Amino acid sequence: MKILVPVKLVIDSNAKARVKPDQSGVDLANVKLSINPFDEISVEEAVRLKEAGKVSEVVAVTIGVAKAQDALRAALAIGADRGILIQTDEMVEPLAIAKLLAKVAEAEQPGVVILGKQAIDDDSNQTGQMLGALLGWPQATFASKVDLSAEAVEVTREVDGGHQTLKLTLPAIVTTDLRLNEPRYPSLPNIMKAKKKPIETKAPADYGVDVTPRLKLLKVGEPPARSAGIKVKTAGELVEKLKSAGAL
Amino acid sequence: MPDYTAPLDDMTFLLQDVFDVEKTFAVLPGYEEVSAELAASVLEEAGRFCAGVLRPINQSGDEEGSRLDNGVVHTPKGFKEAYKAFVDGGWSGLSSPTEYGGQGLPRTVQILVDEMLSASNLSFGLFPGLSRGAAEAIEAHASQALKDQYLPKMVAGAWTGAMGLTEGTAGSDLSLVKATAKPRDDGSYTVTGSKIFISSGDHDMAENVIHLVLARLPDAPPGTKGISLFLCPKYLVNDDGSLGARNAVNVGSLEHKMGIHAQPTCVMNYDDCQGWLVGEANRGLNAMFTMMNAERLFVGVQGLGLADASYQTAANYAKERKQGRAPGAKESGMIIAHPDVRKMLLTMLSFTEAARALTVFAALEMDKETAHPDPEVRKRAAGLVALLTPVIKAGFTDFGFEATVLGQQVLGGHGYIREWGQEQFVRDARIAMIYEGTNGIQAQDLVVRKLGLDGGAPVRTFLAMVTETIAEGRQVAAARDTAAALDEALEALESVTTRLTTGTNADPLEQNAAATDYLRMFALVTFGWLWLRMTLVVVAKGDAATPHEKRKIEIARFFSSRILPQSLSLGSQICSGSAPLMAIASEAF
Repeated sequence: MKILVPVKLVIDSNAKARVKPDQSGVDLANVKLSINPFDEISVEEAVRLKEAGKVSEVVAVTIGVAKAQDALRAALAIGADRGILIQTDEMVEPLAIAKLLAKVAEAEQPGVVILGKQAIDDDSNQTGQMLGALLGWPQATFASKVDLSAEAVEVTREVDGGHQTLKLTLPAIVTTDLRLNEPRYPSLPNIMKAKKKPIETKAPADYGVDVTPRLKLLKVGEPPARSAGIKVKTAGELVEKLKSAGAL
Repeated sequence: MPDYTAPLDDMTFLLQDVFDVEKTFAVLPGYEEVSAELAASVLEEAGRFCAGVLRPINQSGDEEGSRLDNGVVHTPKGFKEAYKAFVDGGWSGLSSPTEYGGQGLPRTVQILVDEMLSASNLSFGLFPGLSRGAAEAIEAHASQALKDQYLPKMVAGAWTGAMGLTEGTAGSDLSLVKATAKPRDDGSYTVTGSKIFISSGDHDMAENVIHLVLARLPDAPPGTKGISLFLCPKYLVNDDGSLGARNAVNVGSLEHKMGIHAQPTCVMNYDDCQGWLVGEANRGLNAMFTMMNAERLFVGVQGLGLADASYQTAANYAKERKQGRAPGAKESGMIIAHPDVRKMLLTMLSFTEAARALTVFAALEMDKETAHPDPEVRKRAAGLVALLTPVIKAGFTDFGFEATVLGQQVLGGHGYIREWGQEQFVRDARIAMIYEGTNGIQAQDLVVRKLGLDGGAPVRTFLAMVTETIAEGRQVAAARDTAAALDEALEALESVTTRLTTGTNADPLEQNAAATDYLRMFALVTFGWLWLRMTLVVVAKGDAATPHEKRKIEIARFFSSRILPQSLSLGSQICSGSAPLMAIASEAF
């Protein structure tokens, strides 16, 4: 069985995001970029399944600018076998990503597609669900445990108020949550091998998908600065203030 | 506890823009396929490992320390697990030969990982550092049988290495070594003696510890020409590679030290243990010295790593600590606004970034020395490495220690409080000025041996490179001030160099009296040279330069106006000769 793992290069979780002066987006020049942490968890899970002998190949795919292949290299260093870069300079929205991934899935025929539940740059949390709908495959989002067998996958999901366990027939879509696993530090031999693993470069047109944005981005801004607080002397005064602020 | 961020931007700038290492690697057999991109990926993951695994146990390791219990050494909590992760990750064999299971990467990559190890956890970093040194000595000198038996396990990190050199009465002067070795019938030896200050002498992180021990054979001539090197494993190794009986390699005690508390520095007793000769009889010191340059470069880089670790905390603190009003300001502001605080931070920064550049320069020369196909290039590289080794070892650890003290000072009272971590860097940095040949010995080596090496060819080569960069710098507006300051410092250095190497002034008393000041002066000029080189590279990059790179032009100006002029006063100190030092009688002290 093959596993397909979509990955995304995002602004590093430790880097400070700054808005471009013209408010057209986040300034990515000279900022450290890394593989999306949820995607790293997806790759780790797929590689563990391969190491457990349940999976024969792990294929990582990314969609974006040429530099996005850094995310593929990170996936290859963890243990993915090969990568596919669908190169485009457009801002690609979740729906276009899902359409491209659906085409890749049709070509690769994976048993499972494991995606991060969301990317930490725009926090959309849409791609996995859209991909499930487009392919007509069952989906289990926010996985904290994945148990794969030849015909089905049992997924424990983190839901409000507890855990829910679903059994999906394959092929299926799984999106990963933080507590699924703790990704390894890639070993030095694997980092070196990753440089030699194949990466295939494609364009959206190769899949016949139009990635033109359907949404219009009006502007991106910093969160408004918080105004200074005030001190109250009594509980009664607090209630008054809350009432006059319309909070009670 | 403060965080550590590996200086990847700076390392990439040096590897790609300043030294274009890919071009050099392309002509070095064995390293042809090492691209700057591969080096960057390796360094990035090494940095993550150091920050995520080693840094979190640095402070706890210091507080708990290694301890000895019934002859068994226990490392602090978390060290065993971290070492296993390090070994499983394949990091111990980074620059080791592929034939013994290493990854065969150049020393230039290794030394930058060494910087990260030192910055994140020096006590830990010494384990793989010493194992590598021991493995290199075995590889260069031991019989094929010993190599096959020991190297694969040492390269993999399953066994670690230790160096048994120093004795109670034989420190800087190893001609006084007393440990003995008597031949046995089977070709091995019985090694007897006691050694002190043995880093990683014993521990619970790996299954065997391989000691390289200096000892005298029964018929050995006195002095340094009668010392041989022996391999003494903690556990004997069976022919099939499995571990056999415990050898009489015993820990007498753990040294009580000022710093690197997590590192088990042992008093070792070799109680008639079994050992094997490494290299030729009576040539033990030569065998040790073949890896000395690499070891000394590693120790120098410890000073750099700790200085950077201290700088990172200090710079973050200065940007967040609200205290005192800047002139004209109505409210208290961040202390980064004060010129004096900036001077401390810039002093640290102008050292670390120049030292890192010199590290890459020297390591690249070492790689050329080992692997370049042209014998002339190898010879030139060997000369430069020999010349710069004492400058790096002593210069980096002296300036590095001073930087950690400044990093402590920036935090005021908090710098003296353990929780902030700054005082640990001060304590840990102190040892690097002492071990692997004290900095006084390094300075003596520079002035007495290295300046005269090969008729003075290496120092002439080096000074000519500096001269050439100054000429380039004079043509570039943004570099002109830095070039002018460097020219003045270079002139002073050249004049003192002539004084110390020619005619009547080249006497040992004069040279020894000048040595530490001269080494410092030499280091300052070297740093100034690298600041000028970096300035030129940044200017040439123009708008393609990153903000991190662009700020280097101003740091270079700070260095050349506020730090480099110290070389002039060092020059005049040296010119006072040995008389002021020798005037009063020894009894008068």
